[in-house]
Amino acid sequence: MHYFIGNLGHFLVILSFISSLAAFFAYFKATGKEDIEEKASWLLNGKISFYVHALAVLGISITLFTIIANHYFEYHYAFSHSDKKLPTHYLISTFWNGQEGSFLLWMFWQAILGVILINTNKFWQAPVMTIFALVQAFLASMILGVVLPIIDFKIGSSPFILLRESMADAPIFKMQPEFIPEDGNGLNPLLQNYWMVIHPPVLFLGFASTLIPFSFCMAGLWLKKYRDWVRPALPWALFSGAVLGLGILMGGYWAYETLNFGGYWNWDPVENAVYVPWLFLVASIHTMITYKNSETALKASIILVITTFILILYSTFLTRSGVLGDASVHSFTDLGLSGQLLVYLLVFLFGAIVLATIRWKEIPSSDKEASTYSREFWIFMGATTLCLMGFQVLLPTSIPVWNKFVTIFGASSNMAPPADQMAYYSKFQIWFAIVIGFLSAVGQFFWWKKIDKSELKKELQVPVLIALLISVIIITIGQVTKPAYLLLIIAAVLTIVGNSKILLSILKKNPALSGGAIAHIGMGMMLLGILFSSGYSTVVSLNNTGLLYSRDAGEEFNRDNLLLFLHEPRTMAGYDIEYISQKLELRNGDGYIDKYDVQLTPDEDKVIALKDGDGYKAKDTLQVFGENTYFEIEFRKDGNVYKLYPRAQINPDMGGILSSPDIHRTLKSDFYTYTSSIMKPDEEKEWSEMQELKTALDKDFFANDYVSTVTNVVKVDEVPGTILSQDDVAVKATIKVKGAREEYTAEPYFLIRDKMVGRISAEIPQLGVLFTLVNIHPETNEFTIGTNTRQKDWVVIKSLEKPLINVLWIGTLVLMAGFTIAMLRRYREFQLMKEKGQE
Amino acid sequence: MKKSHIFLILVIAVAIALVISTGNDASTYVTFKDAHQMASNGNSSQIHVVGELKKDNLGNVVGIYEGADKVSFTFIMIDDQQKEQIVQYNQPMPADFTKSEKVVVIGSYQGDNFIAEKILLKCPSKYQEDTINA
Repeated sequence: MHYFIGNLGHFLVILSFISSLAAFFAYFKATGKEDIEEKASWLLNGKISFYVHALAVLGISITLFTIIANHYFEYHYAFSHSDKKLPTHYLISTFWNGQEGSFLLWMFWQAILGVILINTNKFWQAPVMTIFALVQAFLASMILGVVLPIIDFKIGSSPFILLRESMADAPIFKMQPEFIPEDGNGLNPLLQNYWMVIHPPVLFLGFASTLIPFSFCMAGLWLKKYRDWVRPALPWALFSGAVLGLGILMGGYWAYETLNFGGYWNWDPVENAVYVPWLFLVASIHTMITYKNSETALKASIILVITTFILILYSTFLTRSGVLGDASVHSFTDLGLSGQLLVYLLVFLFGAIVLATIRWKEIPSSDKEASTYSREFWIFMGATTLCLMGFQVLLPTSIPVWNKFVTIFGASSNMAPPADQMAYYSKFQIWFAIVIGFLSAVGQFFWWKKIDKSELKKELQVPVLIALLISVIIITIGQVTKPAYLLLIIAAVLTIVGNSKILLSILKKNPALSGGAIAHIGMGMMLLGILFSSGYSTVVSLNNTGLLYSRDAGEEFNRDNLLLFLHEPRTMAGYDIEYISQKLELRNGDGYIDKYDVQLTPDEDKVIALKDGDGYKAKDTLQVFGENTYFEIEFRKDGNVYKLYPRAQINPDMGGILSSPDIHRTLKSDFYTYTSSIMKPDEEKEWSEMQELKTALDKDFFANDYVSTVTNVVKVDEVPGTILSQDDVAVKATIKVKGAREEYTAEPYFLIRDKMVGRISAEIPQLGVLFTLVNIHPETNEFTIGTNTRQKDWVVIKSLEKPLINVLWIGTLVLMAGFTIAMLRRYREFQLMKEKGQE
Repeated sequence: MKKSHIFLILVIAVAIALVISTGNDASTYVTFKDAHQMASNGNSSQIHVVGELKKDNLGNVVGIYEGADKVSFTFIMIDDQQKEQIVQYNQPMPADFTKSEKVVVIGSYQGDNFIAEKILLKCPSKYQEDTINA
């Protein structure tokens, strides 16, 4: 038992909690002091406390990772989330697999961001870090794991509890308190994907960075510097928008590659919970930029920055309190933190509202009415649309909260989220997207040029014509007819064309200002990619096997899945689809080996080769990833052949069989296939009754419709699996069978042992045929061969074709590039002011 | 009236419209009995039913039948009021279906059959291991 490291971890958690409170107090004091010397000493106190806090957080992370990496399974966290087989990079993702670890990741980023802010800000340091330290204290309390005496209230859930503490009732610990499990439970196979190593840190960095604009905003209100907080906050808001957006799309990409719901976005509450704050964040960026240029929209900026942060807290509450229970497929279970999370949310909600209300009258606002031809008007419209877009998603996502809320007042509500989430959200969001598309095309022209009515016409004429022309081409080729789709295509293309025109003129003048135009081009591309990949996704694997499922089913149903028997091609949606083989992946990275060409051993990760192959010989023992089976599926159309290897992972610990798709990518479309059902590996095979027939050497006969021939019958001295004595006689028959793709060999044995007849049958698993040498007739040179047949190996697949999905991914990258350029520009502005001693 | 006021009223109007439409489009959590009643009253909207799979005394799931084409199956579900119902699902069986502790089916009655369009499974074991075997 390694007690020390757990105690150390626990100590560091407590230290991080106390030091963040100390930093909060010291920075709070420093903010209020007028006297320069006093202020400096409080500042120093705050700084030291925060550094201690940051080091403690770093220490907690190292400690937790040490426990995981060294496989200390006496600790609950290591036991529940990892095992010995996991390679290092997945051990890292184990770190944030549990809820405690993900809080820790969040704290870790905020600690780093806090240190950066301390070192880049003078004037703002004290008030901003006051807010930062308070948030850190709340987060640290989530992993505190301390039980308050007397009232017996548990604060936080510690990642450092021992297994026996978390499973106090398990009988094994009553008998053997020192018991340490040999191996852990392992990581959910769906999370064993490189995106799961990189996506959570990015997403949590996005979460963490939304705190910065919020802190500056609060600091501005607090110190009555109503105008000045925007400059330092803006580059961070852009940073946050880029990172959070990237995190969300990485999550989508992971889902697309690994999960099998057939897409990248499912409108699951957990996904919505990050999408909504991102929309508000982007809206706030727009109003802040407007303010920087024209002194309008300051109040709107304050409201939006606060809302963004509160929504981040709200989404934390949604996903971690267990309130989504029946509504989401993948939210965390309740760790008993819901009360604490609610307090966290409400403190900042009311704190921010109260502060803003007190200061509201003093906040400068312009009474100037924005003209329809001003850029402010257009940006404000865009920001409002983004907010409504988020609001629409927020409402149904909050239904479970509403149900809980009304029970407090004794009422009851049985509202459930919309049944068909995809269709429901899409029908609203598409209209918002259309508006956004048009606004960001037209708005950008207003932004860069002082424009009146006649000039607008002149400026827009060419881009509109080009955009219409391109749209017509796209619409014709894509055969688009739905009005909403038509409008979205025009809006997206107009955004791309209009912003490209602006981009060209900016690049000539000052490339540093090109961020906005590039970001909007990226957004236009994303809209196009989303429209086609989702709206025109087609199912290729329509079932036309004619096998009807009759029980009680009165109607004809849409069957999007297809049953494929080994080597029996099916034709559908213009494709020939054939199930070729099952493969295992070699651990040495040399590719795949056919599952029928190996003999399995009790250790699932080791197999013995049955024939020579690339880099190995028959009877070699090979290392494979035993959990994973790859199904080789061939698609043929117009002379093109695609081979896809969707994966099925057999993992009883994690709930059976998990399948991941394989994707064939082209610029035009992605071809996406996964196994929706496979043969259970441990299921007994059902053989038909034996058919016997007499045949002679080299004479063709039919076995399960395959042409077969006995090519050789010899007396042998060795029979695998048995030891022969002197008087025993053994005979081996060699039977060749012509399959659709290749010729197979079966070698059944016939033996006479102690005057008793024994028979060892031989199976050709590819064909589902079992051969038995039933009898030998030396007098006529004939043999009796018995054949049993079974259902051939099968797999059920679902295949989709997703047009233009890569335009979405490329658009994402373009959007991120735009954010980054804008961020660098705004940061330079802030730095210039700081050098002048203004910040 | 200023233009900004009109704009504000417009935004509020859209927001209210969204709230109302959310209320209208929301599905409901009901029991099989209520769902059946709804369907016989001609209301074919999709609803959520929460329940468990039928199990024998040993805890084995019973009553699952797979279709011949292996792309559909039926099972017996017991709702919170202990009513048993055969549920039909026109997709292959989800992998960890039989291990689920709780099942939420989203769909509607067609005649006396409940047709599920979507199944949500609650398998706590996926995220949290509560037992240990030495």
